[in-house]
Amino acid sequence: MSRYAIGIDLGTTHSALSWVDLQTEGALPEILPVAQQSGPGAVQDFALLPSFLYLPHASEFAAGDLALPWNAAPERITGEWARSHGALTPIRLVSSAKSWLGHAGVDRRAGILPADAPAEVERISPLAASTHYLRHLRDAWNHRHPEAPFDQQAVTVTIPASFDPAARELTAEAAQAAGYRGITLLEEPQAALYSWIAGSAGDWRKQVRVGDVILVVDVGGGTSDFSLIAVTEDAGNLQLHRVAVGEHILLGGDNMDLALAHGVARGLAAEGRQLDPWQMRALTYACRLAKEQLLGDADLPGVPLVVPSRGSKLIGGAIKTELKRELLTALLLEGFFPAVDSGARPVGRPRAGLTQIGLPYAQDAAVTRHLAALLGRQVGATAQLAGFAPPEGASFLHPTAVLFNGGVFKSELLAERVLSTLNAWLAADGAPAARLLQGADMDHAVARGAAYYGQVRQGRGIRIRGGTAQAYYVGIESSMPAVPGLEPPVQALCVAPFGMEEGSEAPLPPQQLGLVVGESVRFRFFGSSVRREDRPGTLLDFWSPEELQELAQIEATLPAEGRAAGEVVPVQLRARVTDIGTLELLAHASEGAAGGAHWKVEFDVRGA
Amino acid sequence: MTEPQALPFLSRLSLAIGSFFALLGDGHLAARVQALRNGAPLASEVPPPAPVRTPPPPPPPVRATADVDAALQLLALLQRESRFVDFLQEDIAAYSDADVGGAARLLHGGARKVLQDTFDLEVVRTEAEGSRLTLPAGFDAAAVRVTGNVVGQPPFTGTLQHKGWRATAVRLPALTEGHDTRVIAPAEVEL
Repeated sequence: MSRYAIGIDLGTTHSALSWVDLQTEGALPEILPVAQQSGPGAVQDFALLPSFLYLPHASEFAAGDLALPWNAAPERITGEWARSHGALTPIRLVSSAKSWLGHAGVDRRAGILPADAPAEVERISPLAASTHYLRHLRDAWNHRHPEAPFDQQAVTVTIPASFDPAARELTAEAAQAAGYRGITLLEEPQAALYSWIAGSAGDWRKQVRVGDVILVVDVGGGTSDFSLIAVTEDAGNLQLHRVAVGEHILLGGDNMDLALAHGVARGLAAEGRQLDPWQMRALTYACRLAKEQLLGDADLPGVPLVVPSRGSKLIGGAIKTELKRELLTALLLEGFFPAVDSGARPVGRPRAGLTQIGLPYAQDAAVTRHLAALLGRQVGATAQLAGFAPPEGASFLHPTAVLFNGGVFKSELLAERVLSTLNAWLAADGAPAARLLQGADMDHAVARGAAYYGQVRQGRGIRIRGGTAQAYYVGIESSMPAVPGLEPPVQALCVAPFGMEEGSEAPLPPQQLGLVVGESVRFRFFGSSVRREDRPGTLLDFWSPEELQELAQIEATLPAEGRAAGEVVPVQLRARVTDIGTLELLAHASEGAAGGAHWKVEFDVRGA
Repeated sequence: MTEPQALPFLSRLSLAIGSFFALLGDGHLAARVQALRNGAPLASEVPPPAPVRTPPPPPPPVRATADVDAALQLLALLQRESRFVDFLQEDIAAYSDADVGGAARLLHGGARKVLQDTFDLEVVRTEAEGSRLTLPAGFDAAAVRVTGNVVGQPPFTGTLQHKGWRATAVRLPALTEGHDTRVIAPAEVEL
C-alpha cells in the first residue's frame, strides 16, 4: 500500500512533480521543489523542472561544478541551468524531447537529439531524454523523502490527450527505464479538470450540472491540447465522461514568445540594427516578460525593451526598443487567437519539396481555427449519451463550460479572446454562451491533477470515464487485380472500438490475416476520432481524410521455433488496453499447429 | 607519557661533570635536582589535568561577517540575472539619462527576480507611512529606529517615515563542494 500518490507532469518545456498523502483524509496535492543545477556549482530548488538537457564538453566546466545532492559527478545538466546555458551553445542542448517522442516520422529510440549537433557531439534518443527527466524527478523525490522510496508510491504520468498509441507506449517505456514501478498514464486535459475538482473542495458539483459539455483548452509551452468532457448522471450521481480529444498540435507559448521576438527584430532590422544569436535570445526573454506585462494590463500602450550588450559594458552597446501593444495584438491575438467564425479550418501550407527532418510544427498558428475544426468534427460526440440530443441544425458541438490550462492563459486577455470567440460561434448557432470555470492553477494543474488521480484510483473522488478516444484500424490490401501504376486499394479493418477502458479487451474480429513465419510483417495503422459505432471486424472500403488518420505502422514478427520458415499462419488481431493505459495488439494464431498461441504486435517507432 | 630513554656511559659522564659545575653556580637548578632525586615526577611525566569545562568566552561584541561565500553567491546571482556588477563598474557619466534609464530597467527586472527568489520579505510595520503610531515601553529597538526628539520615557508617539523591511526566509542556492565562489561572472569566449 503506497503512502503517497505522486503525479508527474512530463511537459514539453517544463516538468513538475506533485504528491498527495493517501493516509490523510482530504489532503490536497502539494508541489515538490525540484533540486536542480542553477549555475556553476549552484543547486537550487524550483517548483518546475525545465525539460532541457545539456550535454557538456569534457573540458567545459570545472570538476564538481555539475554536482547534484544525490550525484557528485553527473555527466549532464538538467533543468534551469541547461536551459539558460544551452541557449548559448544550442548544439549541445536537448529540448522538446516530448514532441520528438510523439513524432511518427523519426526513430524515437535512436540518438537524434540535439537535432543540429555536429558529428562529434554525443546524441541521445527522445526516449532516453524523457527517461532522464523522469529519473531526475525520481531522484529529487528520493532525496527529499528518504522515508518513502519513490518506487513504492502510486505514480501517475501525464501525456497529451492527442498522443497516439505508439507515443503512449514510449512514455510508459521511458518511465520503466527510469525505475518507475506500476505507473498509470493520464491525459493532461483530464488532469487539469481533476485539479480543478480537487481545488474546488467539493464545490464543483454546484458549478456543473447534468447536460454540461466542458471544453478543456490546454495550451502549454509546446503543444495545444483540447478535450471535451460531458457531465452525465447515473443513479442520482454526477458522472464525467470524456467524449472527444483534439489532434496533436505542436503549437504553444514558446512559439508565441519567439514570434514576438522576431516581430521586434524585424522592426530593428528595418532601422539597420542587426541582432546576433545571443542578443536574439536576450530579446526573446525580454519579450516574454514584456508580453506578460502587456497582457496583464490592458491599458499599457507599450513596454520598453533593452537588449544589453554581451560585453561587460552594460549601457554602451545596449539596444533599446519597445514592444508596442499594436504588435502584440497583431502577432498574438490576431496570429494565434484570431476571432474567426465557427466554419474556419486550419490552413495547411504545401510543404517544400526538400524538408529537413524537424518537428512537424502546426502549419496554421491559429489556435482558434484548430478549436473550430475540433468542435465541427465532433458535432455528434454526445449523440449516444442520454440527455444530450444535439440541437437541430447545430453546425458544431456546443460546449457549455470552458476550463483553461497552461501558462499562456495566465493572461486574461487571451483567455477572454478564446471565450468570446467561442461564445460568438454559440450565439450564431442560437445556443447559450459557455461559462468560464474559475479557479484553475495554470502552471501546476496537470501535476496536481495527476496526484489527485492517484487518490481517485483508491476510490476517493469522482473518476472521469471515457476510455480510448479513437477507434483503431489495420490496413489490409484488398485482393483486387493489380492495375499498373495504381496502388492496390486498402481496406481498413477495425480492431479496437472507440472508448475502450483501461484493463479491457476487445472481441476478436472474425477476419484473419496471414503472418509469414520468421519474417516481420508490417501493416498500415489508422485511428479515427469520429467513428464511434465501428466494432472489431468492421471493414471500411472508403473513408474521408477527416475520418481516419494514418498513424505509424505496426509490425508483427512470428518467431520461427517449431514451424517451417516461410509458412503462413492465419492470425486474428486482438486489442487490449493495459492497466497502465497503453494499447496492446496481440496476434492470435487461430488454427493449425500454432493454434492458441499469441505474439505481441509492435508499434513501429523507428519512423518512416 | 614516555619514560626518558637511558643514556650511554660517556654521555652520563659528560652530563655529570657539566652538572657538577652547573649545580654549584645555580641555586634554583640545585633545588630542582634535589627534588628530582627525592622522587618527584618530571613535568613530562605529570598527567595533564582533566579538561575543565570552562564557559565559552562571551562572543566578541563586534563579529566579522561570517560567510563570505554567501555574499559572493548573492553578487554572482545579481550579476547573472541583472548585470549588477557590470552596471556599477561602468562609468555612467558620459551617457544620457535615457540610456541609463534603459539599463536601470534591465537591472531592476533582473535584480527584483533575484530578490524575490532569494528572500521572503515582509514589512516591519504594517501601518501606512505618514501615519501616527505609538511605541510601547520595551519595543524592539532593533526593528524600529526612533529619531528626532528622542527624550523622556516610552511609550513614544511619532510618525512612521519608513515601514522597514525584514527578511523572513533566505534561500541561497546550495553550493557544490570545491566550487570557487570568487568567480562572480566567468569570462566568456565564443568558439
